Amino acid sequence: MKFLVQQQPAYVYTGGKPFDAAKPCVVFIHGSANDHSVWTLQARYFAHHGWNAMAVDLPGHGKSFGEAKTSIAANADWLINLLDNGGIATTALVGHSMGSLVALDCAARHASRVTQLALIGTSVPMPVSDLLLDAAVNSPADAFDMVNIWGHAPQLKWSRNPSPGTASMMASKRLLEQSRPGVIAADLSACNAFLPDESTFAAIKVPALVIAGGRDMMTPAKSAQQVASRIAGCRTVVIEEAGHGTMQEAPGATLDALKGFLKS
Amino acid sequence: MTTPTYPRLDTLAVHAGQSPDPATGARAVPIYQTASFVFPDTDTAASLFNLERTGHVYSRISNPTLSVFEERMAALDGAPAAIAVASGQAALHLAIATLMGAGSHIVASNALYGGSHNLLSYTLPRFGIETTFVDGRNPDAWQAAIRPNTRLLFGETVGNPGLDVLNIPMVSAIAHACGVPLMVDATLTTPYLSRPISQGADIVMHSATKFLSGHGVVIGGVLLDGGTFDWEASGKFPTLTEPYDGFHGMVMSEESSVAAFALRARREGLRDFGATMAPMTAFQILQGLETLHVRMPRHVENAKRIVDFLASHKAVEKVTYPGLESHPDHAVAKELLPLGAGAVVSFDIRGGTGSAKAAGKVFIEKLLLFSHLANIGDAKSLVIHPATTTHFRMDAAALKAAGISEGTIRLSIGIEHADDLIEDLSRALYAAGKVAGL
Repeated sequence: MKFLVQQQPAYVYTGGKPFDAAKPCVVFIHGSANDHSVWTLQARYFAHHGWNAMAVDLPGHGKSFGEAKTSIAANADWLINLLDNGGIATTALVGHSMGSLVALDCAARHASRVTQLALIGTSVPMPVSDLLLDAAVNSPADAFDMVNIWGHAPQLKWSRNPSPGTASMMASKRLLEQSRPGVIAADLSACNAFLPDESTFAAIKVPALVIAGGRDMMTPAKSAQQVASRIAGCRTVVIEEAGHGTMQEAPGATLDALKGFLKS
Repeated sequence: MTTPTYPRLDTLAVHAGQSPDPATGARAVPIYQTASFVFPDTDTAASLFNLERTGHVYSRISNPTLSVFEERMAALDGAPAAIAVASGQAALHLAIATLMGAGSHIVASNALYGGSHNLLSYTLPRFGIETTFVDGRNPDAWQAAIRPNTRLLFGETVGNPGLDVLNIPMVSAIAHACGVPLMVDATLTTPYLSRPISQGADIVMHSATKFLSGHGVVIGGVLLDGGTFDWEASGKFPTLTEPYDGFHGMVMSEESSVAAFALRARREGLRDFGATMAPMTAFQILQGLETLHVRMPRHVENAKRIVDFLASHKAVEKVTYPGLESHPDHAVAKELLPLGAGAVVSFDIRGGTGSAKAAGKVFIEKLLLFSHLANIGDAKSLVIHPATTTHFRMDAAALKAAGISEGTIRLSIGIEHADDLIEDLSRALYAAGKVAGL
């Protein structure tokens, strides 16, 4: 369904159930040059198990209009505007990669709006190499390939994908290629520039979970565990066989981790 | 830090879609010969049915052996998703039934496999779907044939048996300007010679019976979703962009940004039409697919040798092969098929003082190595007379439009030694020449 956020239509996937602000809410936030569709399995589960699931397309991504934001904070503020317009007082946040930074920033600066925080494929800081930043600006096709190949566990370059009939590498490649011009550069630059101090982590008072891929080459599990160590009471689940996108590479294990964590 | 690379086609042909079996360690692809799969608990069962979890429920919809084949083909063709089906014809039907209903219209090249021509020309009109056939080389003909209710443009990478080479970038540009996708049958080329999605096609189908398998022991097909077509922007495909009552109001284009077509084709098409592939068939196709990159160069090399032989033989009127400069699509073939134009060759036999039909009959009956049968793409060399077999339902005008005469012979060149094949052809042509008084 579509909301109007900052005068632009914003798309939210609701997991096959009607939007219902009266239910406990969980918002899923995608990563760089991705969209809501990376979350469909998990969003469908929560939507059909008592939650108001909202997998957003950030501005300039997927079916949402407007320009891609150039900072993590701007994305976080946009998300709060979306919640306001949807009549959502509080929500759990689940973010992947860039989306994890948006979720973290949101939970720190808008603490009263967030009930639980799950960060997948995360690292703070989230440095992006000069090679990739340059490619994102000057040769996006190369940037897509770097993000795609480094983003998958090495064995997934060829081996069995969990979703029957799908070639994970090809699906992710196509999704990146569908992103609008300039989006991947804006997203990666925003990730690279997000350098919060300890006050951000200290501000997180809600239950938190970090999910890491044991074979993640972009945000290694070690980096994710360091994020968890900076948030009071944060738990960590490492999915050994997965790379950066655990919700697609290991959707069942990711769902199980979220099921055990998110309580309505 | 260096730019990473994807595995090459040779590696994907051997490995894509498979890792050693987690249950047994089996290195070969296990044949999961089972109709259904046990649910670990009731919650998981419900989640599988509601697409909250991935996995297998019932082999009509998905099966682990088929999944390996599907993922391998998707990787080879550069597609996000693939669906294995019972035959190439099942793939064509599944694509059309997924995209449109009664009142819709297709524009197709007139250089099509006879079976596809039958479906489009005779069967689908009974279900309210009409097809206009056009000269595939003529952009104006494609454009002029498109109607407000057109929902698909369709052609073959290399048309059978006239060997017309589809100018995929040209036809896809016309299709996309009109808000419809281009589907390409890539049976004669395989991903080794052509990856149509990278050239502008949106949907690809193969008869896996042919070069993909290479052994001629199974019937199978595969349909691939390129993930390139914007169904919502087109606005012409409610099956993909509007709530589907048959799956709790699911909107395919919202569920999947890159494989909405494949999602509907699997969840509706395999479920309702049921033209699924058997696990044993998928296993057998995979045995062939592992050597695709080894076989195809030999097929092409042999085809070139035989084309050269035929082109200089007095009993041969004309040789049709896109690799020849005389072929009208030679330039397109050079650009779109740089590794070769495949291993199907057509030629017209001279009738001389008799008839071409009689000469053709003698030619086929004198062959020893070439097998006279209705198939292509086998490791063994094959031969057929299209006018009396694969294309016999076409009237004279349709035959002419497809580049077929009474004396047209179609060869599918195998991977035997080229000298032995030439020897066989030479003997048969000598006999045919005698009948023709040459």
